Amino acid sequence: MADDAQVLPRHARRARRLGGVAIQIGLVVLVIGLAFGAALNAAQNLARANIASGFGFWNNTAGFDISQTLIGYSASTSTFGRAFWVGLLNTLFVAAIGIVLATVLGFVIGIARLSRNWLIARLTGGYVELIRNVPLLLQLLFWYNAVLQSLPQLRDSVPLPGGGILNNRGLFLPRPEFAPAFGAVLVALVVGVVAAFILRLWARRRRRMGGQVRVLWPAFAFLCGLPLLVFALAGFPLAFSFPEIGRFNVQGGVEILPELAALVLALTVYTAAFIAEVVRAGVLAVPSGQTEAAQALGLGTGATLRLVVVPQAMRVIVPPLTSQYLNLIKNSSLAVAIGYPDLVQVFAGSVLNITGQAVEVIAITMAVYLAISLFMSLLMNLYARATAIAER
Amino acid sequence: MKRLATAIAFAAVVAFATQAASAQTLNAVKNRGELVCGANGTLAGFGMPDPQGKWTGFDVDFCRAIAAAIFNDPTKVKFVPLTAKDRFTALQSGEIDVLSRNTTWTLSRDAALGLDFPAVTYYDGQGFMVHKSLKVSSALELNGAAVCVQQGTTTELNLADYFRTHHMDLKTVTFASADEALKAYETGRCDSYTTDSSGLYGERLQLAEPSEHIVLPEIISKEPLSPVVRQGDNQWTDIVRWTHFAMIDAEELGVNQTNVDEKLKSDDPETRRMLGVEGQYGEALGLTNDWVYRIIKRVGNYGEVFERNIGQGSPLKIARGLNALWTKGGLQYGPPFR
Repeated sequence: MADDAQVLPRHARRARRLGGVAIQIGLVVLVIGLAFGAALNAAQNLARANIASGFGFWNNTAGFDISQTLIGYSASTSTFGRAFWVGLLNTLFVAAIGIVLATVLGFVIGIARLSRNWLIARLTGGYVELIRNVPLLLQLLFWYNAVLQSLPQLRDSVPLPGGGILNNRGLFLPRPEFAPAFGAVLVALVVGVVAAFILRLWARRRRRMGGQVRVLWPAFAFLCGLPLLVFALAGFPLAFSFPEIGRFNVQGGVEILPELAALVLALTVYTAAFIAEVVRAGVLAVPSGQTEAAQALGLGTGATLRLVVVPQAMRVIVPPLTSQYLNLIKNSSLAVAIGYPDLVQVFAGSVLNITGQAVEVIAITMAVYLAISLFMSLLMNLYARATAIAER
Repeated sequence: MKRLATAIAFAAVVAFATQAASAQTLNAVKNRGELVCGANGTLAGFGMPDPQGKWTGFDVDFCRAIAAAIFNDPTKVKFVPLTAKDRFTALQSGEIDVLSRNTTWTLSRDAALGLDFPAVTYYDGQGFMVHKSLKVSSALELNGAAVCVQQGTTTELNLADYFRTHHMDLKTVTFASADEALKAYETGRCDSYTTDSSGLYGERLQLAEPSEHIVLPEIISKEPLSPVVRQGDNQWTDIVRWTHFAMIDAEELGVNQTNVDEKLKSDDPETRRMLGVEGQYGEALGLTNDWVYRIIKRVGNYGEVFERNIGQGSPLKIARGLNALWTKGGLQYGPPFR
């Protein structure tokens, strides 16, 4: 191609480039035209079949309850649109927790699988082979039933230290209730963080000039002491509402649903098995000469791993890791099987069925998953670019 | 996830198909040689395959009656099990010819979904089942209770309404299928399980210890259950509607599976018109004139179907109640054959 371009006279090169552009424009027009035609055709078909269409339902009252709402929601006043946001937040919530936990577990298992300890390497190898070869839906149902069956009934609730309650309705923790004066504590915390940061800059300058400065204790005082002092001075403006067992249910406190616990558990355990393999591949991709060189320089095993192997492995790990994160986000829609109110359960479930507007609801749901996934890819690409080797 | 697949397939069909649902359902059914009927699949007494794989139930027999009227053969039905959530999409997309799956007739479903509800085959209402150990005797004592419910039902909406109206706190746990909701209730995830009271009787039998659970006396809603067809095919709507009326009228006129052959010789003019001895009433519907004879001979009248599947001849033992004939204090009333 490059050779061609040099051989061809200028006007021919230009014509070729213009031709390429024309083909691309033509393709885009064709795709947009197809999408537009499909939408128009759908509207006509729906009208002919007397099925309501359009997005007017968005502002109608929902009328159904949702078991976990991170934002205010009530069946009597909230709209279908609000139910959509509740479902979306629940999806993002479970995905965020799942990604963090799966990453931690996956890295631990991936590295443990490379251990020279025979038992650890075999155990983690067995974990990976077992988990990634059983369908996720079955694992999810297993965890849900395992969680539900093994937890005690409401009557036999287990009290936890610190005022929590555990039973098969969920895990109930004390809910912190902040008095208005608590704002002062937050301000003190911000002041403490800023002060500690300035202290660090100052100490670094002094060191460069050859001075010896100890900053650990003063920094600790700024970060913890100051907010605690203000907290005490403001008269301890923090109370807890403790969960109590009512006639039917636990009242008060923060509730962690068993459905959420089962879903997080299943997604974490499943995705961690794949992440472990990604991590193992990444570590093995670092030439053994690097490790040997580090050891020749006198670095210990931990330091070799931390300073030499992992930074180089990360560049191999990040792209497939992104795929695993995307899989986890999309797999969270299996929530529908165990009654966790995620986007698919609430929006593509209850809302779709009550309004009957399958086309609009499914289109919105697909667009949302696409948007979440593209955003996730973008973040991971930015990270990959930031950690890439600077070519010299 | 099959239900989601149905919705997506429907979206794709609507977007790319050039022809909306055909207005000639009867011809399509005849050409195919069988009726495709959307049924419940997991509700004892109404729609469920028995251990031999043979579909049985009140709603199932309704589809068999339609098949008998068309083909003179009640076995020419293919049953498609559907959850509450994907039943309307399956009908809208043309996957099934008729939905006979304990479905409540409401204004919004009738008006906005492109569907028609030909006739109420069962007058029902929503009830609650609770663990006996809770010692609850009324739904009004359920303040603060966790209730398991199936998604995409009128039940889900009535539940929120009822608790709101009576200023009670509610914790709903919503499941995609009745099976999952019932199982979660059984393990103690919820204090109560709610659905149409007919369903409660059927589903209680599926629990490990039916006697550990009681159905509360309150009926909190009107649930007129009706078969459903696509809007716009009036001939098909009439066939489905009059299949029900024929079974009602047959019961009223004392025509049943055992005596239907004798009744062909009856002197009663309405019986003669109904069974096709006189007049051309069947042909007006696009069927044969002996279509009611076929239904009664092959499937039975309304009372027989009721008692066999959900009444005294079944483990459910549901009383006729509102579903008795109008002559016996119920609401089932068939227009005249004339």
